[in-house]
Amino acid sequence: MSKITHHIPEEMLCAYAAGTLPQPFAVVIAAHVSLCDACRAAVETEAALGGALLSGMVPATVSEDAKERLFAALDSAPLPPPQQRGSGIFPAPVMEALNGQPPRWKMLGGGIRQQILSANAEGSLRLLYIPRGRAVPEHTHGGLELTLVLQGSFSDCEGWFGTGDVEVASDDVDHQPVAGDEGPCICLAATDAPLRFRAMIPRLLQPLFRI
Amino acid sequence: MSLDGRLTTPDAFDAFQPEGSGSVNVVLRRRSKESRVTPAERSEQTQWLLAVRDQRDREAFGRLFDFFAPRLKAMLIRGGLRDGSAEDVVQDVMISVWNKASQFDPHRAEASAWIYRIARNRQIDLYRRKPLPEPELLQEPESSEPDAPQILAMEQEAAQLREALQKLRPEQIEALRHAYMDELPHSEISRITGLPLGTIKSRIRLGLDRLRRDLTDLRPQ
Repeated sequence: MSKITHHIPEEMLCAYAAGTLPQPFAVVIAAHVSLCDACRAAVETEAALGGALLSGMVPATVSEDAKERLFAALDSAPLPPPQQRGSGIFPAPVMEALNGQPPRWKMLGGGIRQQILSANAEGSLRLLYIPRGRAVPEHTHGGLELTLVLQGSFSDCEGWFGTGDVEVASDDVDHQPVAGDEGPCICLAATDAPLRFRAMIPRLLQPLFRI
Repeated sequence: MSLDGRLTTPDAFDAFQPEGSGSVNVVLRRRSKESRVTPAERSEQTQWLLAVRDQRDREAFGRLFDFFAPRLKAMLIRGGLRDGSAEDVVQDVMISVWNKASQFDPHRAEASAWIYRIARNRQIDLYRRKPLPEPELLQEPESSEPDAPQILAMEQEAAQLREALQKLRPEQIEALRHAYMDELPHSEISRITGLPLGTIKSRIRLGLDRLRRDLTDLRPQ
């Protein structure tokens, strides 16, 4: 894997760990952390601080039979379902969002494909497939967009993004990602609002494709 | 969210971390198939959790319960749960500790950090529509031997982190507890990350560098 240079901003990692991010963003962050040692270290270091705080809590009184009940439940408690495993270029949180199935691409024209993983009031999460050297139609979006590269690379006005990199684009960025020459680029993209394409036809198509 | 149980007086400082921070010298045997013994200095809690992981030791699990259950309950109550629900969640968390013990890796976390994360995610999932997506587990190669110096360094970092915490003012500790144990509206995150926590931050930076190295070593090439 190429060296990851575009990471999750600290406040966003913090919001992820606190559970306050909308689901589509949280999936992108969990997927990036799966690939990025630096961001995993950041999340785990946060837990070290949380653990130190937990050890320092003034103990509350636990009811007398709690321990007995716990031991009684220990062997009968259902085992947690095994965590979804990563597969190929898709780390575990993406496979989870795919329900363990390979992507089912829909053609968007120009060789670009996508699969919507979720789209609701919280925002949208989708996989994008951009053929080598192709551009995604220029677009803006109502809120924040996070794009994680899972395969290949893309470039836009913000820079070059290789596998594992995340682009955080605010709504004032008009960007046109172009896939690198090394092969098709596959990305996981999350927004907290529907995208708005600048060119007329894609905008008309937008309700249809929900991008 | 309940504000009961918030500690804002200097007592909170005095009461901070009276127990459980002591490290003991122990001889540790990793997974029964290994005959090699590794001397390492580690916290009692981590030692108990390893006994649960490797030997399914119920007595050690009982000790983990005795130490963590009252603290987990305190954390959950300050996060807004009522007494009875807090105790139910403590039971869930402890069952997860028992069931997921094989995922515990002392190279990367102390028992308290690992248990905190389980409890925090459980707490978060109570008010999220969908469970918080979690990163893929790092798979440690079966053959890997415990790296005693690395585990020791990890424990020392954690001990220094606790020391650094003890030097904070009560309102700073309170602010941290708020960030790490309460339900936070999104708007509060940036305020909290902007806290002037020089010592803590530098501790975290140190820890971060070390963790980053450890993680790179762990990842199969």
